[in-house]
Amino acid sequence: MHVDVFAALGDETRLGLIARLSENGPVSIVRLSAGTGMTRQAVTKHLKVLGHANLVRHRRHGRETLWEIEPEGFDTARAFIDAMSRRWEARLEALRNFVED
Amino acid sequence: MIDRIEKTIVLKAPLEKVWRAISDSSQFGSWFGMKLDGPFVAGREITGAIAPTTVNPDIAKMQEPYAGKPVRLRIEMIEPMTRFAFGWHPYAIDPDADYSGEPMTLVTFALSETEGGTRLVLTETGFENLPEHRRAEAFKMNDGGWTAQMGLIEAYLAR
Repeated sequence: MHVDVFAALGDETRLGLIARLSENGPVSIVRLSAGTGMTRQAVTKHLKVLGHANLVRHRRHGRETLWEIEPEGFDTARAFIDAMSRRWEARLEALRNFVED
Repeated sequence: MIDRIEKTIVLKAPLEKVWRAISDSSQFGSWFGMKLDGPFVAGREITGAIAPTTVNPDIAKMQEPYAGKPVRLRIEMIEPMTRFAFGWHPYAIDPDADYSGEPMTLVTFALSETEGGTRLVLTETGFENLPEHRRAEAFKMNDGGWTAQMGLIEAYLAR
């Protein structure tokens, strides 16, 4: 389980960045900041939080750094929620046994 | 959504019966698998201990290793026949840990009448507030044993 995933996602600005990254593939910070009203520094800060949670990754492309979604981080987060979710399925099945005669 | 759990089921039972099964702490405990120390009161905390469910042997078997572990629920909302919500620490099973200072997730049961019975929508939210080491613990706990046992449940449900 990678750390900080849900904290990283619990922020509207970062969710917005994730949405833009999933739509646009690898993009530079300049393109990512365009039209958001945020400075490049602010965007960089948010990307670092997302990067720490393993939700985005970056690579050098010539003189530019390109950012993109890191699918592995999302898989881990989903695995956690799935595990919790399956436990509820078992409990709700017990409720069904209890109320349905 | 990746940061919340939502499950909808339709139960072939009258709304009033389902409501009692959820809002009466002793009925709740018998299917959920815990023994609670008193009634549910909105705005109050209630303590208890894990006690394997009496209604389903397969699920009881999964809960057996945790029998006797303390549980604590903070009752947030009781709207008769409609909504019941509590906060809890969703996998607080380490008897030596003090979870009281940590944020809780919110579990909500929403009921409505539907053709042939009662619709129940269960949600659990607030995972983003949990400390990261707890999520790691919960994940570890679910790994292996839990996954294997889920196979049993799936087989059971497929019957």
